[in-house]
Amino acid sequence: MSQALTIENLVKVYQSGKTALKGINLSIAEGDFFALLGPNGAGKSTLIGIVSSLVTKTSGSVRVFGHSIDDDILKAKQLIGIVPQEFNFNIFNKAIDVVVTQAGYYGVPYRQAKEQAEDCLQQLGLWEKRNDVVRALSGGMKRRLMIARSLVHKPKLLILDEPTAGVDIELRRSLWVYLEKLNEQGLTILLTTHYLEEVEILCENVAIIDNGEILVEKSVHSLLGDLTGETLILNVDSILPEAPKLEHFACRLISPDSLEVDLIEPQTVNDLFQALDAAGIRILSLRNKFNRLEELFIRLTGHTVEDTP
Amino acid sequence: MINWVALKTIVRKECIRIFRIWPQTLLPPAITMSLYFVIFGHVIGSRIGLVDGYNYIQFIAPGLVMMTVILNAYANVSASFFSAKFTHSVQELMVAPVSEWTILLGYTLGGVIRALVVGAVVLLVASFFTHVPIHHFFSMLAILLISAWLFALAGFFNALFANTFDDISIVPNFVLTPLTYLGGVFYSIQALPPAWRVVAHFNPVLYLMSGFRYGMLGVADVSPWIGLFISIAASIFFAVLCYVLLKRGKGLRT
Repeated sequence: MSQALTIENLVKVYQSGKTALKGINLSIAEGDFFALLGPNGAGKSTLIGIVSSLVTKTSGSVRVFGHSIDDDILKAKQLIGIVPQEFNFNIFNKAIDVVVTQAGYYGVPYRQAKEQAEDCLQQLGLWEKRNDVVRALSGGMKRRLMIARSLVHKPKLLILDEPTAGVDIELRRSLWVYLEKLNEQGLTILLTTHYLEEVEILCENVAIIDNGEILVEKSVHSLLGDLTGETLILNVDSILPEAPKLEHFACRLISPDSLEVDLIEPQTVNDLFQALDAAGIRILSLRNKFNRLEELFIRLTGHTVEDTP
Repeated sequence: MINWVALKTIVRKECIRIFRIWPQTLLPPAITMSLYFVIFGHVIGSRIGLVDGYNYIQFIAPGLVMMTVILNAYANVSASFFSAKFTHSVQELMVAPVSEWTILLGYTLGGVIRALVVGAVVLLVASFFTHVPIHHFFSMLAILLISAWLFALAGFFNALFANTFDDISIVPNFVLTPLTYLGGVFYSIQALPPAWRVVAHFNPVLYLMSGFRYGMLGVADVSPWIGLFISIAASIFFAVLCYVLLKRGKGLRT
């Protein structure tokens, strides 16, 4: 299978002297649904900015379906659709004009651009709003309009920079379904997100980036297989004056009727229940403190995904 | 390399913008120039008599057209491209496979189109006040087009460097307007004292005004060929400069 995106030794040093990327290597196969995960300031947007020509790299190479952004930038750009993190519309333009104009920039003739724009707006539920100016659209509609705009020239690689940030749950889930459908149709997708649940549900492969470096790059399935423990929150049926001292388990009292317990392989939930039962503590309910990917993320980076270093 | 579909798209977008905001782009020149013709041409001009063989209102008409063309070509491109930078909608172009020449040509053609439309509006307004002679149509058209493109390029150059809306109003207010007023819109430089006549020759707008006046009236303070040569040379200079800056991503890429 050919590579949709190949990044080698990518370095970005801003004029301020800040090194945003420290020699990144990354490879995304054609047809992949790939997540780039990292806290704010990790270098995700810089990396995406370089691939989409909004940021100038300091050194290294980037190839999009084999086309180098140094030697063959126009062909590389033709294959990419980009959904940036921030809205970047002329807010006085009509929704339909935003999409048709973008198609024109990609060389799609006007009549064909109108047909393709209609198709994209229909699919994203914006056709009824086509004659509304952008500033009159809600946040969720603007987000969908950015996706329609990125798809109108039929790219082979779609880059989404936190596309569901600030979007309500209903819209987020409908976007997930839409993105999954696009991926099933053969579109390669590179996604950055804060929502680890999103990665777990949508993505096949993931790279975790922190402080300008890729910490790990592997399949989501394999990464989750690396998880050797989890933290559970237990609600108990009595008021506890202090955390119980259990052999083999570290317990922390987080409120008089709830405990936090680390479970480390090969320990099982049954082992924990038996230990608590022996201590005379009955469990009413339990849940994971983090989802599994978040647990891994914290272990790898030392902070949560929403932390700003 | 020019991407023709993208070029047409940029020009169409610019034209839609010009006509969508016509109270800002097309109406003010019509009103301002009508006032110029009424006050300077009709009221004051009737007391001035003939200048270079023409009544005063006829004499100032070419200057007013050229002044409008220069200011509008500049303002259109600087405002449109800077707005695109300001709202980040310029990223729509930057991520697309559009060459630097296509972007430059598209935006500056937008400026030229607006300049020609408002130039035509001013000529139309002038025709309500006086007979508008045209002696050398192609000379007039050539110098009009190249001057419009030159100042559209200069506006683009300004927009690349601008960080605030104030930055795109400084040059029109403090450089272009004085130069156009002093470039012989309302007088022949032959009327100036000798020392000031020499100084006036350092004003590049004088050559454009003279060239255009030659096209309309057949008279000029300086050779029209100098005006054409200056505008072509300056246009090439600004075009190459803007291309290099765009290629480097000046004001656009971090």
